[in-house]
Amino acid sequence: MKNKFTTISSVPIKPLYKPEDIKTLNYDRDLNDPGHFPFTRGIHETMYRGRLWTMRLFSGFGTPEETNKRFKFLLEHGQTGLSVAFDFPTLMGIDADQERAAGEVGKCGVNISTLQDMEILFDGIPLDKVTTSMTINGPAAVLLAMYLVVAEKQKVPWSQVGGTVQNDVLKEFIAQNSYAFPPDPSMRVVVDMIEFCTKEVPKWNTVSISGYHIREAGSTAVQELAFTLADGIAYVQACVERGMKVDDFAPRLSFFFDAHNDFFEEIAKFRAARRMWAKIMKERFGTTNSRSTMLRFHTQTAGCSLTAQQPYNNVVRTTIQALAAVMGGTQSLHTNAWDETLALPTEQAAMTALRTQQIIANESGVINTADPLAGSYFVEALTDQMEKEAYAYIEKIDKMGGMVQAVKAGYPQRETADASYRYQQQIDSKEKIIVGVNEFKTGKEPPMETLKISDSIHTFQTKKIAAVKKKRNPHKVSDTLSALKTAAKGGKNIMPPLCDCVRAYCTLNEMMETLKGVFGEYHDPGIF
Amino acid sequence: MTRESSKKRPLRILIGKPGLDGHDRGVKVIARALRDAGCEVVYTGLHQTPEAVVATAIQEDVDAIGLSILSGAHNFLFQRIHELLKEKGATDIMVFGGGIIPEEDMPKLKKAGVAKVFLPGATTEEVVQWVKNNIKAGG
Repeated sequence: MKNKFTTISSVPIKPLYKPEDIKTLNYDRDLNDPGHFPFTRGIHETMYRGRLWTMRLFSGFGTPEETNKRFKFLLEHGQTGLSVAFDFPTLMGIDADQERAAGEVGKCGVNISTLQDMEILFDGIPLDKVTTSMTINGPAAVLLAMYLVVAEKQKVPWSQVGGTVQNDVLKEFIAQNSYAFPPDPSMRVVVDMIEFCTKEVPKWNTVSISGYHIREAGSTAVQELAFTLADGIAYVQACVERGMKVDDFAPRLSFFFDAHNDFFEEIAKFRAARRMWAKIMKERFGTTNSRSTMLRFHTQTAGCSLTAQQPYNNVVRTTIQALAAVMGGTQSLHTNAWDETLALPTEQAAMTALRTQQIIANESGVINTADPLAGSYFVEALTDQMEKEAYAYIEKIDKMGGMVQAVKAGYPQRETADASYRYQQQIDSKEKIIVGVNEFKTGKEPPMETLKISDSIHTFQTKKIAAVKKKRNPHKVSDTLSALKTAAKGGKNIMPPLCDCVRAYCTLNEMMETLKGVFGEYHDPGIF
Repeated sequence: MTRESSKKRPLRILIGKPGLDGHDRGVKVIARALRDAGCEVVYTGLHQTPEAVVATAIQEDVDAIGLSILSGAHNFLFQRIHELLKEKGATDIMVFGGGIIPEEDMPKLKKAGVAKVFLPGATTEEVVQWVKNNIKAGG
């Protein structure tokens, strides 16, 4: 008989929750109706009755040509937004023809080296009709500039362009590790982008403040919550210091969380996140504008929870996680495909992932009423507890001088690595059971059909870069790059000169090297 | 170094992240587990070129190199590191690894001199035991 009952993050759970566990709960102050401060019960009054969440599957592989086909396939099957996965060279700001890109081109996502690649990626997809989320951080400014220039070429005014760049550099240093510049200039670029979009691309979500990667790197749910909100505080603070008004830019900040296996802990996390952000925006930054206090978020089911053993079980895990995201009031959702511990998903596996969301939306009935778990002694007590524990972390980070300083000191990195090591030890000792991995194992499993990414993509992309370089006007290239350098050095917003570089078909590498020349480059300190 | 003294020296293992892959959860867990098991662990940090991995391995006089690759670039990177070790006359340094690696790539990796590949679900205990049983200090 099990004698320790905890969440997946090792939070002890009582055998029974009763009215006394929530006796301090005040409905109007702590919950309120959906659509009303502090938005614990959701950001919209009618929640999913008014509009379902956006079903947004993260996809991208190989060449822009192939990914363009996958995008069209997903849109034809009822997906409502695009989400671009880039390969590692693109994420690190390196062109396909560079030595460091060898072996990696198109492997983990789509390769984009020039504006031409971006034009191909969105060929036949009207940018005023779909919204696009781009998971890009170090070189986010460059990819945003490319997207905007594609819109320009489609004759779509920037005021009509909607989407998101992840652009959360702080969590890159904490967890995802696709950074480019050191922390201070990285923050400057983020603020440049927020400032630019606030004026020029008002429907663009400028930062997707992400806990997902922190959790995937092994943090607990509370750490994910705390570090994400602390990152959010750092961005708002930096914009305020630039002289921007909170209500001009805060409504365009959005969030991105993980949905792991522990059903109630995840729901409590989402509810606590909304309440905390609303209070932080009101109390720290003095806004009462409801758009600025509303925490809107995207969710991805937990990639790290999937197992290579008995991989079909992953459909079940993903369903539980997706259900938690919906019960937690997510605005958009990515469901992982069951074969993703082995490779990028096949078309069939990606389809099952999309169908999972459609079944939750259309068959399960959970969308009929907003925040159906409100008032549960357990869920409310857990929501309170997570909030309290997350605030304790945020206070500690405040004392260190905020998240930028904490990151430089390696604090969230160490906390996450410690939690991840503890979790692995719990699995190794069977304190935590993972079906098919450390219990309920079957013998040798039959090999599975997985998606193959051909090595010929490297040559294909490299040839395209050479052709672009041959065709473009070299004077325009050097002029625009030198204007970019001047802006970066002088403290002018880098977005307008970046758009000019893109129009001149400068490559990703050329733009990033120019910026690294001014800002420097960040290297992993390699702490374990 | 005599055989006698080499037996007393702890195993020295280079744990490396070659390529552009930023996933370091697993590699950090393995580095800690090997350290806790008494190995001397040198961790390269992320985003290393194959050249840098091999140069560090030789400079640090390690007994083995453990590589973590979750980016799909394993065929290229293991092969390249194998070639570089051969060039430097350092093939006595054993190479093992782990990551998101399809079963069907195993023969290719074996050919590229990879002694062992740990797949998702492997325990830290399995890795530690394998290292202790298969790698000789001062080899």
